[in-house]
Amino acid sequence: MYTAILLLPLLGAVIAGFFHRIIGEWASMVLTTGILIFCGLLSWIAFFTLDPAATSSIVLFDWIVSGDLQAAWSIRADRLTTVMLIVVTSVSALVHLYSIGYMEEDDAKPRFFAYLSFFTFAMLALVTGDNLLQIFFGWEGVGVASYLLIGFWYKKNSANEAAMKAFIVNRVGDFGFLLGMFALFALTGSIMLDDVFAAGPELAERSIHFLGMEANAAELVAILLFIGAMGKSAQLFLHTWLPDAMEGPTPVSALIHAATMVTAGVFLVCRMSPIFEYAPTALTIVMVVGASTALFAGSVGLVQQDIKRVIAYSTCSQLGYMFAAAGAGAYEAAMFHLFTHAFFKALLFLGAGSVIHAMHHEQNMFKMGGLKDKLPWTYLTMVIGTLAITGVGIPFLYLTSFEVPVGFAGFVSKEVVIWTTFAAGGNAGMYAYFLLSFGAVMTAFYSWRLIFLTFHGQTRADKHTYDHAHEPGLVMLIPLFLLAIGAVIAGMDFYSDFIGHHEHEFWGSSILNLPREQGDSMLLSGKAIHELAKFFPFSCMMLGAFLSWIFYVRYPTLPSKMATRHEGLYKFLLNKWYFDEVYTFIFVRPAMWIGRMLWKGGDGRTIDGIINGLAMGLVPRLTRFAGRMQSGYLFHYAFVMLIGISLLITWFAISGGAGGAE
Amino acid sequence: MSNFQSLLTVLTFLPALGAVALIIFRSGDDEASNLNAKRLALIITGATFLLSLGILSSFDTSNPGFQFVEKREWIAGLSYRMGVDGLSMPFVMLTTFFFPLTIYASWNVTVRVKEYMACFLLLETLILGVFTSLDMVLFYLFFEAGLIPMFLIIGIWGGKERIYAAFKFFLYTLLGSLLMLVAMIYMYFDAGTTDMAALLKHSFDASEMVLAGWHIPGGVQTLLWLAFFASFAVKMPMWPVHTWLPDAHVQAPTAGSVILAAILLKMGGYGFLRFSLPMFPVASEIMTDFVFFLSVVAIIYTSLVALMQEDIKKLIAYSSVAHMGFVTLGIFAANRQGVDGAMFQMISHGFVSGALFLCVGVIYDRMHTREIAAYGGLANRMPIYATVMMLFTLANVGLPGTSGFVGEFLTMAGAFQVNSLAVFAAATGVILSAAYALWLYRRVVFGDLIKQSLAKIQDMDRREIIVIGPLVAATLILGVYPSLVLDMFAASVENLVEAVDDARQAAAASGLTELAAHAAKEH
Repeated sequence: MYTAILLLPLLGAVIAGFFHRIIGEWASMVLTTGILIFCGLLSWIAFFTLDPAATSSIVLFDWIVSGDLQAAWSIRADRLTTVMLIVVTSVSALVHLYSIGYMEEDDAKPRFFAYLSFFTFAMLALVTGDNLLQIFFGWEGVGVASYLLIGFWYKKNSANEAAMKAFIVNRVGDFGFLLGMFALFALTGSIMLDDVFAAGPELAERSIHFLGMEANAAELVAILLFIGAMGKSAQLFLHTWLPDAMEGPTPVSALIHAATMVTAGVFLVCRMSPIFEYAPTALTIVMVVGASTALFAGSVGLVQQDIKRVIAYSTCSQLGYMFAAAGAGAYEAAMFHLFTHAFFKALLFLGAGSVIHAMHHEQNMFKMGGLKDKLPWTYLTMVIGTLAITGVGIPFLYLTSFEVPVGFAGFVSKEVVIWTTFAAGGNAGMYAYFLLSFGAVMTAFYSWRLIFLTFHGQTRADKHTYDHAHEPGLVMLIPLFLLAIGAVIAGMDFYSDFIGHHEHEFWGSSILNLPREQGDSMLLSGKAIHELAKFFPFSCMMLGAFLSWIFYVRYPTLPSKMATRHEGLYKFLLNKWYFDEVYTFIFVRPAMWIGRMLWKGGDGRTIDGIINGLAMGLVPRLTRFAGRMQSGYLFHYAFVMLIGISLLITWFAISGGAGGAE
Repeated sequence: MSNFQSLLTVLTFLPALGAVALIIFRSGDDEASNLNAKRLALIITGATFLLSLGILSSFDTSNPGFQFVEKREWIAGLSYRMGVDGLSMPFVMLTTFFFPLTIYASWNVTVRVKEYMACFLLLETLILGVFTSLDMVLFYLFFEAGLIPMFLIIGIWGGKERIYAAFKFFLYTLLGSLLMLVAMIYMYFDAGTTDMAALLKHSFDASEMVLAGWHIPGGVQTLLWLAFFASFAVKMPMWPVHTWLPDAHVQAPTAGSVILAAILLKMGGYGFLRFSLPMFPVASEIMTDFVFFLSVVAIIYTSLVALMQEDIKKLIAYSSVAHMGFVTLGIFAANRQGVDGAMFQMISHGFVSGALFLCVGVIYDRMHTREIAAYGGLANRMPIYATVMMLFTLANVGLPGTSGFVGEFLTMAGAFQVNSLAVFAAATGVILSAAYALWLYRRVVFGDLIKQSLAKIQDMDRREIIVIGPLVAATLILGVYPSLVLDMFAASVENLVEAVDDARQAAAASGLTELAAHAAKEH
């Protein structure tokens, strides 16, 4: 079953990509979508039938085998895998379905569906990997799919630039991932997960010489792998590619840049919990980077005008929340937020896609407004998504004997995330707690701002566009409805499994929790913090929503006044803290300048200069020689000579052979 | 194996026989006879490939030693010896695989067709000779003679600056080789034989010596190592003796570039594995940091230079130098992963860079320019080309799932165990290669088709697809199931690594006792 889930999307991609001329456009779309729906069903079956106590592994065939280094194409079936399977295949199936409507007018539909299916395959290879190398294969595979899909409209220069940027920035992260793998192999002699996990306690005791320093082995490996995770999950300093990735078609943003690929980094940290648990410093770094990203991305999201960019920054920020929880040691909470986030973030993106579709590819929210009467279903589902992402629920109300909190999916998962950072304590824990709480203000602010600007008030669109705006067909609405249902119930429904009463049996052996001074499980410690500390993030969210209402409904002139009064700050946020400009200045331009200098100065003047100088005496003679060669005589001469040599050798060979036999 | 003892000789000289036939039975310069010449060359190279497949089928991969060995007395006490082992067999296959493809890729050559085909056939013989000869002198002859047809190919069928490029190529590679010859003569006097199998067992003196007031650790071994290094480093090419390569590539005709990149560049790496590492293990250890330094500089330096190239072929040539940096990194890591990786990287680079030069050839044939700026938006009119080029671009970047990844990964995994700093620096090549390769693709293939000159450009035709198809297959198959090739040399590499390790440990042990004895005496 697992093998089918993994390989069927690849089959779909190959057929749609290379044989669409034979089977036709329509068939390629239906085929790939059908395959994904089927895989989705299989994944849910796998999820419910898994025995979490036993990790099984299916080996397909050898991949790279060199001495001790052995990696096979394989499938690791445990709880982490099955959680990712349902996220990936479910969202992918819905996005495939949605794309049938969204890409209706595009003339390269089979290519699009082939890429989508290929992406799904690579993502599945990533989450099913039983060794680091296969995880890396998936890691790079999704990177390529993302590159191809961001640049899907290859005539657009901005799309091409964004695609390249995504790939190259990700490669910076991959650089860390690779080094982490090399270090692990050098230390443990294996890259199989089981061997590596078994070596965790030993790594904590060892040190490794790296870049002239003595570093703790576990810490070093964990930090290097986290650098990889930062690239893929667009964390601070390696986040610059994600907003630009919005150049791709919107279903792509929903699937890759919201629900699945960007969460791979979080998955990696959770997957490697048997290493990270032995690396307390690395975990602190994970938490601090996550929290900082949550705040940074939130702040930039406040002022963006492009509807997709707002959601992109929101994704970046939510990923920060997940990392913060993982860094605090509550991997279960991180995975649960990953799970619920997939539903409501995909919902928000697909909703935005529906708006963009209706507005003839207008993405600027300041040219929208008043769309709620035109797009009632889209409006409704997006409001649900917003309620979910901002984390609306009823604090301190618990249902049933399992004490399930009551609220939208984001509420159920995000609250616990913030609590665990509080429970982690120390300077870093407090830093993370307050940043994430403040981030909640921003999340609520920009999320409602998006709703208000897009759907409420007087329209700012031109009359023709506005008049013609209409709801998309069912093929696009059904995914919205299903995701909306998920955004409402996914939190409450799965709470007791993921982070509630059954959490221990649910995760089985897939996540390692070492006892700490705060208690045996960071999850429990998080839930045991003071009620006031629990309520604070929620009140922050309420404040953000209220402010948004003040700014964009009650006093709509306020934003522009604020922008003029605090122009510096506004520009700073609007330009995304000038990361792109700084990177261009310190990396891109110098690299090009050095490249040119090495080429002209190094190769040209220095190396060739010396060589030419040496050959100076010979050159005039050589030219004459060459001139004669041109005439053809010399050519024949050389030829005869060579043939002579060959014949001579052959002759000796044969006669010598006779002699040698004696 | 059959009782026919001269399979390798036949394999090696079959193409040369074809060349002779072409020259002797030359008749006229008309279209029909040109076509005949092409057909003959294709048949000969095809037959050579089939023959090599036959040899491969009875090649025993579990045997680390030499197989199909031929031994005959030759002139002046020298002997004619041939044989293949796991280290050379993959290169023999790479060579015989590539020649029919390049011949077919040259179907549109119109100038001096017969000579052109004869040159390539002769070149195949000489290259095969390098990989099959087991006698040092024979190796040297093949190694050096290979220069001549390549020199002619660039000099006669090349671009505008072909004379300069041809001489640069010739001088560079020849000068390096003279030192190697001197070293070989010394080795003959020291070991009393030119038989490479015997030389591999001979241990050259590695005790420190003083030469004109200079202390030379590793002594004679180090000097010999340096002499061989001078030759192989140029062939590789390693920084800073790489500057002949971009010029040679740019000026060479497409097929010439393909052979140069796919096969000729591998002779340096093969030499390191056949001579430098196993025959001078102690010197190799002493020089490890030096080689690592050059490799890392090559990777970073040439990647940065590649970033700024305006000529497609030059860009790919520079990227070749960077990729060869990983090969030297792996070889001198001298452990299983490193050497496996280096071998695989060379084979993979053969397929990938060969294919990339063929890709350049496809558009060069249409537009007669290699300037990046002259292109843009090819995806609009050339979907097949865009797909193929994308695959090889990604393979060049070292994407897992393509053959390009396996070698890079293994060499770095191997070298990390020896020197993590070097790998840290080399791994930045992972970022830089993505930058230059994708930027090239973006400028040539992506974008809107605006240029009038490209408005009527045609997609790849059948012949071009047939030529490139096998390379597509090889790149993907080896990316997913590299064991096909890894298994071919696993036993030989293991044997090599163990022998080197033993020799180093022995040297270390004796070095210690010497020091101890020295200390005792002073006491």
